[in-house]
Amino acid sequence: MKQGTPSTLTDIAAAGRRAEHHAPFIRAAVPTDSWNLAVEHLAEGRLTLLDLWGEAGAVHIALLDEEAGEAAVASLECPDGRYPSVGRRHPPAIRLERAAADLFGLVPQDTPDPRAWLDHGQWGFVHPLGTRMPAAASPYHFLPAEGGSLHQIAVGPVHAGIIEPGHFRFTASGETIVRLEERLGYTHKGIEGLMAGAGIDRAAGLAGRTSGDSTVAYAFAFARAAEAALGIAVPPRAAWLRALMAELERLANHLGDIGAVCNDAAFPLMLAHCGVLRERVLRASDAAFGHRLMRDRIVPGGTAADLAEDGAAAIRALLANIRARFPALVRLYDNTASLQDRTVGTGRLSTALARQYGAGGYVGRASGRRFDARRAFACPPYDELAFDVPVLAEGDVNARVWIRIREVEQSLSLIEQILRGLPAGPVRADVTASDGPREGAATREGVATREGMAIVEGFRGDVLVWLRIAATGLVERCRLRDPSWFQWPLLEAAIEGNIVADFPLCNKSFNCSYSGCDL
Amino acid sequence: MRRLLFKSLIHSPLTEPRPPASSLAVGELVHALDGAARRRLGRSLAIRAVDAGSCNGCELEMNALGNAFYDLERFGIRFVASPRHADVLLVTGPMSRNMREAVRRTYDATPDPKWVVALGDCARDGGCFAGSYAVMDGVSAVLPVDLHIPGCPPPPVEILKGLLALLEGVNSKAATP
Repeated sequence: MKQGTPSTLTDIAAAGRRAEHHAPFIRAAVPTDSWNLAVEHLAEGRLTLLDLWGEAGAVHIALLDEEAGEAAVASLECPDGRYPSVGRRHPPAIRLERAAADLFGLVPQDTPDPRAWLDHGQWGFVHPLGTRMPAAASPYHFLPAEGGSLHQIAVGPVHAGIIEPGHFRFTASGETIVRLEERLGYTHKGIEGLMAGAGIDRAAGLAGRTSGDSTVAYAFAFARAAEAALGIAVPPRAAWLRALMAELERLANHLGDIGAVCNDAAFPLMLAHCGVLRERVLRASDAAFGHRLMRDRIVPGGTAADLAEDGAAAIRALLANIRARFPALVRLYDNTASLQDRTVGTGRLSTALARQYGAGGYVGRASGRRFDARRAFACPPYDELAFDVPVLAEGDVNARVWIRIREVEQSLSLIEQILRGLPAGPVRADVTASDGPREGAATREGVATREGMAIVEGFRGDVLVWLRIAATGLVERCRLRDPSWFQWPLLEAAIEGNIVADFPLCNKSFNCSYSGCDL
Repeated sequence: MRRLLFKSLIHSPLTEPRPPASSLAVGELVHALDGAARRRLGRSLAIRAVDAGSCNGCELEMNALGNAFYDLERFGIRFVASPRHADVLLVTGPMSRNMREAVRRTYDATPDPKWVVALGDCARDGGCFAGSYAVMDGVSAVLPVDLHIPGCPPPPVEILKGLLALLEGVNSKAATP
């Protein structure tokens, strides 16, 4: 933030009552006019929406001031369960509001879309995390698309491949898609409900199972939120090992997906070769950390275990292998006209929409949005490492593939730097909060609850975790926000005007998480 | 591309030898299978993957089975696009309530004889999601499960062992009517 110029965020927060302990960002309970001012800033593009979530009697929005590199949370108390809709002025909030309405019964006033989202009428009651009431069956109405010679294609929730369940409703004119509407929520497991009242360790395990391909990113974000809340300093070696895991996860996912995008363009040779490279990353991760996906390896306080004895050697061999093979695959991608014919110009996402929705990861960066949490909210060791954040403006499938290719190269370099600079020492600090009420400073100051928030760059984009720990040391409320919340609606926009046969290609180039949003 | 293809011709394949069938999995299987159905299956296994609310970790490892190291199809095992082509439903996840009807319909669309394999720890009893208002605590709450492959997620080699056990159980029983 520039000296002397108070940012919009500071103004909004200053008008409210600051939460006693909320680290490292500010949270303030704001009056309705400040809430509306924040919504105005969102609608006019001065702020970016990071998240919107509810709890009994209150609704929260996490806001980002991209230029100032600041984030803050504004909370609005709504004892009657009603609040002025954010989605009415700022569409990226709509699905978040629908989810909060399903879980807590919070009603966004004047919302453009009052339909249920996570609630499919299968739980036997409504508002599972608020005041539970008997459910009344109501059919789900898809948005209409009207005109001559339009037809609908309904796909899912069970798909033809090995992928997660979701329903896609295409309205097409001949082969051209005029509207796609997604209906998700099929994998809703009630994670936020299970977290309430859980100990820190159990909650960390649940966080790591929010989206399996981002298990490191979620465990990382949860651990950092918990550490921020409890004021725990992580040993330097653990911080570096976490970054090592995060980059290995990014590498594995990008390699797998580059191949899979090409496969959806009927080019399986790339899938075969990229699949081999992905498998080698998983095997090196297994050798280094004892699990192919590195699940449960990042824990509050540090890491569950140190790098295995021959782990560094396995990862170095991996780097050499990928460096020897990947450039030929990049040339193959670049030089195959039949492949480029499918990816160039397909599924174009405008820079304006990417910005409005605060699209993270390769989706945002292929459409000109530079945000990367490793830069904007750099935690050690990223503040000491050299890396580029590749950005393109084309916004098509090809651009998303290229961002992935460039990020593979950056991750290779980061992993090498981490192995070279890895400090010695312990890998876990003591976390006693999960054992019961905390003795010491916090209690003496009379702080009943402690809150923390963390933003971590997963392979898809920024994963946000917000956490409140009660005086008992148990989790009172935890919110996990996947980057896909803002990417799924953009897929609906990007697919418009493309042919039905290009949907798999567009979809895979976004590769949004179902489980991460359904929770 | 030509150079890559040529290289593939002269290098030995990456594919690794088949693992021994898991004896534990065989044990579960013996109880589960019906002799008459086994005779009709033949020497191949067509699998329909169904995600019933998983975190997508199991799907990643299922997908890995297709890579050059495991090369699933050499065992006569393949993933198919429709339940109507399937012998086996490979079901993952703690069985979310929102997926219950779709899973049931997928099962009904699968022709007999058919088997249900529950994949992963949460498919057995809900795993860490057990007790949630939104899940049924395991696949067996909706479908008759014939075999369970544990793990979070099970690595590809464990999935392979479980599937081989299913196949070997099917074939050995088929040979002795």
